Amino acid sequence: MRVSFTVNGRRETVDDVWEGESLLYVLRERMGLPGSKNACEQGECGSCTVYLDGTPVCACLVAAGQAEGREVRTVEGLADGDRLDPVQEAFVECGAVQCGFCTPGLVVQAHDLIERVEQPSDAEIREALAGNLCRCTGYEKILDAVRLAAARKAADR
Amino acid sequence: MTIPLRAPRDIAAPGTGRVGDSPLRPDGTLKVKGEFAYSSDLWMDGMLWGATLRSPHPRARIVSIDIAEALAHPGVHAVLTHEDVPGRKHYGLDHTWDQPVLAIGEVRHQGEPIALVAADHPETARRAMDKIRIEWEVLEPLVDARRAAFDPAYPQVQERKNPARHQPVRVGDVARAKQEAEVVVTGVYEVGIQDQAFLGPESGLAVPAEDGGVDLYVATQWMHNDLKQIAPCLGLPEEKIRMTLSGVGGAFGGREDLSMQIHAAMLALRTGRPVKMVYNRHESFFGHVHRHPAQMRYEYGATRDGKILYADVEIILDGGAYTSATLNVVGNAASLGVGPYEIPNIKIDAYGVYTNNPPCGAMRGFGAVQACFAYESMMDKLAAACGLDPVTIRQINACKQGSKLATGQVIEAPLPMAEMLQTARELPLPPPLDPTDLRNLPGGASQTTHGEGVRRGIGYGVGIKNICFSEGFDDYSTARVRLEVIGGEATALVHTAAAEVGQGLVTIEAQIARTELGVDRVVIHPADNRVGDAGSSSASRQSYMTGGAVKVACEAVRERVFELVPVRLGRTYPDLSLEGGKVVSASAGVLASIEDVLGEEVIEETREFHHHPTTGMDPVTGQGSTHTQLAMCVHRAVVDVDVELGLVKVVELAAVQDVGKVINRVSVEGQIHGGSAQGLGLAVMEEIVVTGGKVRNPSFTDYLIPTVLDMPPMRLEILENADPRAPYGLRGVGEPPTLSSTPAIVAAIRDATGLDLNRVPVRPEHITSPAAP
Ligand code: FES
Ligand code: FES
Repeated sequence: MRVSFTVNGRRETVDDVWEGESLLYVLRERMGLPGSKNACEQGECGSCTVYLDGTPVCACLVAAGQAEGREVRTVEGLADGDRLDPVQEAFVECGAVQCGFCTPGLVVQAHDLIERVEQPSDAEIREALAGNLCRCTGYEKILDAVRLAAARKAADR
Repeated sequence: MTIPLRAPRDIAAPGTGRVGDSPLRPDGTLKVKGEFAYSSDLWMDGMLWGATLRSPHPRARIVSIDIAEALAHPGVHAVLTHEDVPGRKHYGLDHTWDQPVLAIGEVRHQGEPIALVAADHPETARRAMDKIRIEWEVLEPLVDARRAAFDPAYPQVQERKNPARHQPVRVGDVARAKQEAEVVVTGVYEVGIQDQAFLGPESGLAVPAEDGGVDLYVATQWMHNDLKQIAPCLGLPEEKIRMTLSGVGGAFGGREDLSMQIHAAMLALRTGRPVKMVYNRHESFFGHVHRHPAQMRYEYGATRDGKILYADVEIILDGGAYTSATLNVVGNAASLGVGPYEIPNIKIDAYGVYTNNPPCGAMRGFGAVQACFAYESMMDKLAAACGLDPVTIRQINACKQGSKLATGQVIEAPLPMAEMLQTARELPLPPPLDPTDLRNLPGGASQTTHGEGVRRGIGYGVGIKNICFSEGFDDYSTARVRLEVIGGEATALVHTAAAEVGQGLVTIEAQIARTELGVDRVVIHPADNRVGDAGSSSASRQSYMTGGAVKVACEAVRERVFELVPVRLGRTYPDLSLEGGKVVSASAGVLASIEDVLGEEVIEETREFHHHPTTGMDPVTGQGSTHTQLAMCVHRAVVDVDVELGLVKVVELAAVQDVGKVINRVSVEGQIHGGSAQGLGLAVMEEIVVTGGKVRNPSFTDYLIPTVLDMPPMRLEILENADPRAPYGLRGVGEPPTLSSTPAIVAAIRDATGLDLNRVPVRPEHITSPAAP
């Protein structure tokens, strides 16, 4: 089948998509956007998190056809060219990245949180990130990064 | 050579951080932008997808395999079995060569690879696999590790006989000490199978090359050791296999063994097309070895005032069907079987066995984790029996600099264990339970309690881990460093084969180069096998070994810069150094910029770094100076337990660790946090559950790893007592916290509940119905 949707502001169309392919597969293998990760492909780790019409979803649980005509924003679409988004910047600065396989999903999830909630509490951050597994960091520096990004964002408002 | 899309490339290291600073990771920006090329992100025009058919049975004979129908499936380009393995049919770590590349006539564990398919789409490959017809003769799996260790009548699992290794340790006279002991405590402990659960699945790309060889882009811990196994199996000379490390999504020991490397190469060589393989999570649970489960029996005797007189210990580690790292895991379990305690009389027997259970090998902590849970539990038991508190009993028996381990090895570097325990004890405690926010309670947002039935407990754990390889192994590393002026700036290029697996090695490589060469600009070349062996990213050894190699290579480059000084400046100076981009004489001050001295010159040096030699373990007494370096972490855990529901909330984890020298504080903290989290996982949630040799929970739905809700805030005290033999005095950091957090958490749960709890992970039913096993 043919699938067509907007990714990071660009209209993309791909052909010969097998009906069983996930949005994650189409992004990674057909659209040259492997930033969203494939750690479990069963909706348990959050490494594939993308925005679908502005709401974070696990791209591995969305059938490619379900994205037809909609808007997808991936981790590749967060930075403004070389200017990192404040969440991305904070992740690098705080040491929240080790192997980095969880990072794209966490960055999108944290980006959504601080869009929605000004100055989230620790409990709110933990709740928002509870669906994103990280095996390397023990989450301490991820929390630091989200706090820092939220504080910078609040200072900008 | 055709290069795939998103092949790794040179990365400039940001900032100017030297040893002791915390510059940003060179790969950090790429990683947060989603642009870092992991081994599952590779792509090439015309590539095929490889898939692996695996055994559903833990033990069975393969009567016949029929691939005809699969091969005829449209879109399928190759179907391969063991008959198609071009060279040696077996591979394995430590020269054991006991693991078939593809099963030959029988399978010995569930998930054992049997056949390979290459097709134009992953789904086509999966459908073709369904059409491979296998006639099975299913056999009763051999899953009793104790019988495998002791019962000569128990059938053998494979050609190598049981036990895979028995390592005794004998010190003093345990029989006599048993007469003298005033207090005796015993314990039977069990550790379940833990999985590394790295997030980046096994994956990679094999590209057939014009010379008949193959280019492999893979995620591994040790390229050169992979190569030693891949080349003979492919029937190719090593020069024809070019390996490049692609982005590694975590490792933790699980990438020490081969997974898809030979398989993808076989498919690429057969089809003449690039072949990509990516395991999904289900397959990943079968695609790598796990942490050995352990059954342990301990008996300690002591004086009434808590001085341990003897230890009598038996440790059985189930390695599954093939050897993998079992031999060395047994060595660690035996040599560190009683941990960092001075005990005059010791009898340890550690066994590694073959069964049809899931294959086990390396995982962070490597044989020291299992024993640590047992010996630390024993210390608490002994404390209770002597009427002492857990910190005091440990301090009474603590090793220090000059003490001997069970192997007789003298601890040569500082080991302030008693002081570390004191520090851990004196750290401020977290505030008491606040039942107004249910999210702080065990059960969290599930609202299973409002605070009733919740009890708090505190526990301690100490772990000692060997850093670098042991038992006489010369696990050297190699680094190539090039210094030249690029765009007007002196630039150091660092090239090693060492695997960056997330730990931050690339960051400290740049710090070391800046420190030794006095330049700011450092570029990290992708790791590949066009430079010498770097050894494995295991045993917390890369800062020591590859850090050491980068250091000595830089020193050699620096000497050559100094040799240019008389050429450029017309006289010699005896007291040169490179600092802040300048060539400096201690007596004459700044002489010139490094750029001016270098001119057009390109200086390149390659150096090996070897650690001081160690010995093997005596086969009868276990004695020897077997370990390169020892590192320690002390944990204090605070938990809240809902004793009615068996739910545990770890409230805080505090860690005191001696890292010798902080090379990069952010990385050190990250390693302690992450290592502690994996120990927490083993304490309260992580286990591959196996029945009759079959895995019952191969998914992240059923195999749980800690989330951000499970991990408590951590308080760290990082000490820097230099190890004089190590580069900059550093000690490996990654593993010790994985040892000690598990027993600390379990001790805290015991403190809260008064239960025995002799098995990890502790499950709710162990707390609510303690009679259950
Ligand atoms: S890959 Fe989608 S949730 Fe894990
Ligand atoms: S950094 Fe490796 S999984 Fe999070």
